Amino acid sequence: MPGRVEGKVAFVTGAARGQGRSHALRLAQEGADIIAVDLTGQIDTVPYAMSTPADLDETVRQVEALDRRIVATQADVRDFDALKGALDAGVAQLGKLDIVSANAGIFSFGTLDELTEEQWSDMLAVNLTGVWHTVKAAIPHLKANGGGSMILTSSTAGLLAIPNIGHYVAAKHGVVGVMKTAALELAPFNIRVNSVHPTSVNTDMIQNSATYELFAPDLTPEQRTKEALAPRFQTLNVLPIPWVEPVDISNAVLWLASDESRYVTGLEVRVDAGQLLK
Amino acid sequence: MTGRVEGKVAFVTGAARGQGRSHALRLAQEGADIIAVDICEGIPSIERYYAGSTQADLDETVRQIEALDRRVVARKADVRDFDELKAALDEGVAELGHVDVVAANAGVFAFGDKTHEVSESDWQDVIDINQTGVWHTAKAVIPHLIEQGTGGSMILTSSTAGLKGTPNVAAYTASKHAVVGIMRTLALELAPYRIRVNTVHPTGVATDMILNEAAFKLFLPDVEHPTKEQAAAVFESTNALPIPWVEPVDISNAVLFLASDEARYVTGTELKVDAGYTIK
Repeated sequence: MPGRVEGKVAFVTGAARGQGRSHALRLAQEGADIIAVDLTGQIDTVPYAMSTPADLDETVRQVEALDRRIVATQADVRDFDALKGALDAGVAQLGKLDIVSANAGIFSFGTLDELTEEQWSDMLAVNLTGVWHTVKAAIPHLKANGGGSMILTSSTAGLLAIPNIGHYVAAKHGVVGVMKTAALELAPFNIRVNSVHPTSVNTDMIQNSATYELFAPDLTPEQRTKEALAPRFQTLNVLPIPWVEPVDISNAVLWLASDESRYVTGLEVRVDAGQLLK
Repeated sequence: MTGRVEGKVAFVTGAARGQGRSHALRLAQEGADIIAVDICEGIPSIERYYAGSTQADLDETVRQIEALDRRVVARKADVRDFDELKAALDEGVAELGHVDVVAANAGVFAFGDKTHEVSESDWQDVIDINQTGVWHTAKAVIPHLIEQGTGGSMILTSSTAGLKGTPNVAAYTASKHAVVGIMRTLALELAPYRIRVNTVHPTGVATDMILNEAAFKLFLPDVEHPTKEQAAAVFESTNALPIPWVEPVDISNAVLFLASDEARYVTGTELKVDAGYTIK
């Protein structure tokens, strides 16, 4: 039986680890070749360790273990020329582009009166401008391809406000604006554009001491274990779970990437354990 | 490779033809057994728009499911009659062992009158089937899902008219908005049981419900006998993607995603399959 995205080529940003790696692997499992980029480096305002070149190498190894091809490049979504260069090289090698997963993103926090200029500008540059750069770089290839599917990673914070992360909320709401505009502009070309909106996902972005402190300021650092934090995260959700796994987002990305959703565009797909209902 | 809903049992209302038959078949293709119900008769206030389903239609759904080597329990039942609907479902569960997936799909479309000119009986038929019928479906199935203790997924068929106003389609639009209210309430009530509840929102779907001259005239009131081709151009103008309508399988693929464990943490969402209708 052919895979659900057999023969397609997918561009995934932030592919070194976490959701991005999961998306690349899930799409590869279902028959896609992958163009992967990641910063593989640190941004000063991000309070947890970001990805490394070794992480991106591991994504390559796992995609190749599935007998799919992958072109992986170190590139920063804030740098349009570098991002375009990586994508163009990937398309030259793999022949075309069908799917885009604009996934690269960062997390930091502070109330609106506390956020620094650097926190704000880094957040907007990566989580919003980076998505626009990804879309901008991909559109010529998708038009040449005669159609395609773009999936922009927003968040439940792209649909509602969450205290202490005003810059993240603003950037993720902005992604919805990019998505809807792109969906209208690109519909005549059979290019579909949708967003995914995860609740908390079990990755390094939330499983770190800085984020734990945000959720449990009343506990000592020693008390802030994953087990102790789980009930705090669970209060965000309606389903009785603290967080979802990366593959849960990947399955939504896969559905949107595949021809099963050939007439789905302009949609916010929530994988949020009911968070928006609260 | 196992199917995406292998070993599950799905309850589908309005399964004789159209989207309901498509949902039943798509779920069966991916390994589910089916409990199918349909009214299998015309509804007087609707028959001036399009003909009702028949027992032969439901028999054909059964034949096609069995051709896929899946089991099916099919019963003639009206979603307006709770006792009849419950009895059909209970028989199906008794025979197939459990129920995991629900597609509350049965619905009718009446249109063409200004809201203040809709007759009492037209209004009531649409509300009774599209709104109360969905509640009946949920009411009948929830005790099974809770008692089983293994979670479940309910997919309620709304419409783009469940999210936006549609002139001259008051009862249908009201009923499809109500389905969203039912979904959101159920999603909250049932989350502790790991029972997920979502809606699907199709744009126009190529079934008997819209491919009829009366529906074409809704879009082309000045044309005496509008053709499918003439109507297609107008339908297309309502979508962002350059297509007039989607096929039943496109809705079924969304239902399949929501029914499967791929969507195990998706609940309380309105899933649009609308070719961009609602962002225009």
